[in-house]
Amino acid sequence: MSTLLTVRDLRTAFPSTDGPLPVVDGVSFDLSRGEVLALVGESGSGKSMTALSILRLVPKPGRVVAGEVKLAGEDLLLRSVSEMRRVRGHRIAMIFQEPMTCLNPVVRVGQQVVEAIRLHEDITTADARARTRELFAEVGIPDPDARLDAFPHQLSGGLKQRVIIAMALSTRPEILIADEPTTALDVTVQAQILSLLRELQQRRDTAILLITHDLGIVNELADRIAVMYAGRLVEVAAREALLSSPLHPYTQGLLRSIPALATRGEPLPEIEGVVPPPDQWPKGCRFSTRCTLRFEPCADRFPQEIHPSPGRRVWCHEVERSAGAGVEEGRS
Amino acid sequence: MKDSAEALLRVVELKTWYPIRKGLLRRTVGHVQAATDISFEIAPGRTLALVGESGCGKSTVGRSVLGLESPQQGEVVFEGKNLLELGDDALHAARQRIQIIFQDPGASLDPRMRIRDQIAEGMESFGIGANQRERTERVASILERVQLDPQTMDRYPHEFSGGQRQRICIARALAVEPRLIVCDESVSALDVSIQAQILNLLRELQDDFGLSYLFITHDLSVVRYLAYEVAVMYLGEIVELGPTERIFEAPAHPYTKVLLAAIPSVDPACRGGAPPVLGDVPSPSDPPSGCHFHTRCGAVMDRCRKQAPPMRPVDGGGASRCFLPEGEA
Repeated sequence: MSTLLTVRDLRTAFPSTDGPLPVVDGVSFDLSRGEVLALVGESGSGKSMTALSILRLVPKPGRVVAGEVKLAGEDLLLRSVSEMRRVRGHRIAMIFQEPMTCLNPVVRVGQQVVEAIRLHEDITTADARARTRELFAEVGIPDPDARLDAFPHQLSGGLKQRVIIAMALSTRPEILIADEPTTALDVTVQAQILSLLRELQQRRDTAILLITHDLGIVNELADRIAVMYAGRLVEVAAREALLSSPLHPYTQGLLRSIPALATRGEPLPEIEGVVPPPDQWPKGCRFSTRCTLRFEPCADRFPQEIHPSPGRRVWCHEVERSAGAGVEEGRS
Repeated sequence: MKDSAEALLRVVELKTWYPIRKGLLRRTVGHVQAATDISFEIAPGRTLALVGESGCGKSTVGRSVLGLESPQQGEVVFEGKNLLELGDDALHAARQRIQIIFQDPGASLDPRMRIRDQIAEGMESFGIGANQRERTERVASILERVQLDPQTMDRYPHEFSGGQRQRICIARALAVEPRLIVCDESVSALDVSIQAQILNLLRELQDDFGLSYLFITHDLSVVRYLAYEVAVMYLGEIVELGPTERIFEAPAHPYTKVLLAAIPSVDPACRGGAPPVLGDVPSPSDPPSGCHFHTRCGAVMDRCRKQAPPMRPVDGGGASRCFLPEGEA
């Protein structure tokens, strides 16, 4: 698989009275053509900010302060505002959590997709409308002809999310960023949308950067998983490897605390404490304040990236110590 | 059904419909059939989970139990008294024994009130604690019980994290010595690691104080850990009821099966499981004829479209609202 998107040492910060407060603090990963990479983390981990940084949509006064975001070799952080506008929606599209807030309530949904297509392509309204109809059929909207003229409030949450997906795919983007695409939906509708995304991804070979807190959704969709905690990556691995044998204590804790896996009658294994806010991040490993395996270097020194097996990246002193001399240089 | 004498809460054939009013004269043109023919029991020290998707009426049932709705029909018998027939004073007294914890602790706490005052407010209203000092002592011990530092009692809600705020809401509920707590999506907005902490806390409190919970949620994975019994709701009706293990191991109703299959698994060997159910939930103001689930059911028969199935007992405990004998659905 060829690398499509390269993110290197990305840093995003918000100004505060005590100087810039980082929210994304040195994140590096690659996304290959046609690959589904899940960025997993709890609230405050910086996963959504990473996605917004890639599109240069970080809400003001926050901004990307360092790093590279290369799409097919070109650094998006160096592009002009108008060039960036061509990239967004055209080469990288994004779908958000709340389908209701992404659609204009007073414009018919078909028209909204037609506008999106015509913004990026020189094509007649009639052709764009025909394309929209095809897209509606492709994303499984029943009776697409009638639904073209519906207003958002006339559609259910699941149908609205299908319209959003149709709009996102309308310009055949190379990358789709999906930020909690099913969180606002009911479980039965969520299952429909997940299988739709998987089907579309395979048919169109679109790369997906999936942002979510739900490891079950990750298992359904992802090829590779990157776990974030307090602005940094803690572990990156292939789906099977990460879910069946997590190495980082935080990943292990996350998986253990899922109630579905617990037996009734025994207390749920919990991760003590809370995610620290950015102004209280420890100097060393960000997870050191809650980690039960913490030892001498953890609080003071940030763990270096180690590669316990090909394609696997972990940042943890304990893993490093028990792996012994298994440290390689470079990135996967 | 267990012997009703031992139930702490017994809900019998409850019906709560909301009128839809239209026009200048606000005539009633229809009803949102939020809850119909709801019956269940909760024994002391036990948890019943009320599960369903948005709009199924689970919160309406919770609110009806608290006396916050005016059901058209049915009984809500708590400690032997029908709450729907009580006068204002008696209802006020009963409410001391039934508390509620909502989904969003940020919205259910007053941002301009110190947390000690919010926890003590209920105690004052119900005459718990002889004076301010006793109440303050009690606030401190309750905060400790929910694993918060009593030193923080003079702070305001915004100074706490989401998980801590939910602990404050739990403390506020506990302060008036309830016997039943209605938990309406109480852990749904929390991150997994915090959710586990709160679920553990709720269970410890249940053991310590013999609390009963009516646990309302859309998340079946949480249910297995906490509940003794599960009631699954669809479009205003309980479609299946039974002991938790039986529901998870041998679900009888097609909708329960769909709900269980729709939970994304974290087992890497198990991916792209059952084919998802078709379509969306129909409107509760105009539910389908016959069995409400027939429009989305994979095992639908002619009869289901015309006739509403009754609740029928299921082997292993509980009942299912389906014509199909268990095992065939």
